[in-house]
Amino acid sequence: MDQLFVNLKHWLVDFAPLGWQPLVSALISVAAIVGVFATLFAITTILERKGLGRIQNRYGPNRVGPFGVFQPVADGLKAMTKEDIVPRAADKVVHFIAPLVLVMPVFLALAVVPVGRNMVAVDLDGGILFFFAVGAATELSVFMAGWSSRNKYSLLGAMRAIAQMISYEVPLILSAVTVIMIVGSLSTTKIVDAQAGFSGWLPNWFVLTPWGLAGFILFMIAAAAESNRSPFDLPEGESEIIAGYYIEYSGFKFALFFLGEYIGLFAVSGLAITLFLGGWRAPLPFLTWIPSYIWFFAKLFGLIALFIWVRGTLPRLRMDQLMNFAWKFMLPMALVNLLAAGVWHFMEPGFARWAVCLLIVLGPYVMLGRSLSEHKQFGKRIYRYAE
Amino acid sequence: MTVSFAIIAIITIASAIAAMTLRNLVHCALALVGAFAGLAALYLQLDAQFVGFAQILVYVGAVAILIVFAILLTGGSEPPNQPIFSASWCIGGGVALAVFGVVAWTIRSSHSITHGLPAVTQPSVRQIGDQLMTKYILPLEVVGLLLTAALIGAVIIAMKEEKAK
Amino acid sequence: MGPLSAYLTVSAFLFAIGLVGALTRRNAILVLIGIELMLNAANLNFIAFWRFGAHPEALAGLMFVIFSIAVAAAEAAVGLALIIAIHRHYKTTDVTQIDSMRG
Repeated sequence: MDQLFVNLKHWLVDFAPLGWQPLVSALISVAAIVGVFATLFAITTILERKGLGRIQNRYGPNRVGPFGVFQPVADGLKAMTKEDIVPRAADKVVHFIAPLVLVMPVFLALAVVPVGRNMVAVDLDGGILFFFAVGAATELSVFMAGWSSRNKYSLLGAMRAIAQMISYEVPLILSAVTVIMIVGSLSTTKIVDAQAGFSGWLPNWFVLTPWGLAGFILFMIAAAAESNRSPFDLPEGESEIIAGYYIEYSGFKFALFFLGEYIGLFAVSGLAITLFLGGWRAPLPFLTWIPSYIWFFAKLFGLIALFIWVRGTLPRLRMDQLMNFAWKFMLPMALVNLLAAGVWHFMEPGFARWAVCLLIVLGPYVMLGRSLSEHKQFGKRIYRYAE
Repeated sequence: MTVSFAIIAIITIASAIAAMTLRNLVHCALALVGAFAGLAALYLQLDAQFVGFAQILVYVGAVAILIVFAILLTGGSEPPNQPIFSASWCIGGGVALAVFGVVAWTIRSSHSITHGLPAVTQPSVRQIGDQLMTKYILPLEVVGLLLTAALIGAVIIAMKEEKAK
Repeated sequence: MGPLSAYLTVSAFLFAIGLVGALTRRNAILVLIGIELMLNAANLNFIAFWRFGAHPEALAGLMFVIFSIAVAAAEAAVGLALIIAIHRHYKTTDVTQIDSMRG
């Protein structure tokens, strides 16, 4: 049961003539990734809107189909049939390829995420480096979209988005480097294998260690900032600069931007699951009979629910607050986390290890928090009512 | 030579020519990104996986964005109405042609390797890491210092000076 | 013409293109783009010789290119900062007009 899809793929590949088999194998992997994650994108849009609606004390979409479950179909039809308006002064070539440059790298990034046992599309020796390299290529599409529309607000949104993405790339990569340092390899399958086994009832996942928990939280915050998701969605703030850098896009290209953002979210959540949450491994020893891909998608749904929850709850950060947070808080915490992981690796397992590493992580956290908030002068609140 | 090498080489050279001859600065920067990506593909063909991905991460993800930001900060978003090549373009073109001629003649006249890619295992990242930490530790530390100095220096140079009133 | 010669010819071509741009374009940023192209061409040269050369397992060419990429990125950052500072002073990035030593 666990290897159902792997065996299915091998059976399908055997039909092809011998010289063509690598190509057919690659095509089947690509089709599977695109199909599964595009469907997941459709499910996520409806989940998000209903979830946000419930948080805001209203129903989400509930007209199309029972409980609104066919809303993504309606959205897809609308996106495909809307007129594609290109501004007259826009740079036509760049305007056209900007959505493509966004969608291609994020699908490429999904190729190194192991979805189940033996179910990774490409097992690269430098898998994590490949992931971050294609992630860096998406920033270029943001600039292309913002600049080609010849719209001052669009350009402003693009500049802010790029500044935000570059700033948060550093804590993202540093949190991942912590895990790479402990495992000793950049390959995603080896990282999942390093989290095998159970110590008592608890799994050996990295999130259940002090540095792993801090790293996971840092990674999640940086991932939310990388995909321009609330509370970091100032570049596409709906109440401020309407849609930011994709303000001049309509119809299918807008849907492509939307798709690219969500698939990027899935890719980086998939990486978080691989690095910290044990990939496709089961959390308890007696639950290992459930297939590996079911566990992966269950964890992915959990992380998506977490992102939707955070989006509905926290207010948006201002641009300077965002940058301060990245450079003055997250970067020092990521470096301290690196130190804690190193200490963890070299101490004997036991209570002392936990105590020392918790101290290393919590000490700077408290001190940084105190020192960064002492400059804010909060005066007495004054209420003024209309007379 | 293989077809894939020919295609990637043509794309890289075409992007490089576009990067150097287009009028609009932002188009030049985007064509440069194409050239970098083509070069990364060539590195991957030569079994240098780590370098290929590092090239995309550093050049496409950072240097290209730096160039684009600099173009926008120095008012280059409008195409210039003066001639884009300086007055002495003949001499520049001639020098480049001479350099290319000499190098190509050297390549032609030397003993060329005719066998294909020799069978060598791909260097794993672990080997690169080992070498960096044992044999090349001094350049690694110096590059760390250099990057710190470049970071601080670039920020100081580009900062707006506060006029003492 | 063997495969090594093909890679070297591509590298020489890229170098020549970068040289043309660095010598003839008026805008300072394009001169910098030309320099980056030249550095990349040299990197390609190193990797080609590493792969087809005598001791690929010594990783010498790879190491050189890794350091070259890092140094080129640092140099691009500083160069662009300089161009921004010059633009603030001269109000132009045309290299033919920045020709006096006195401010």
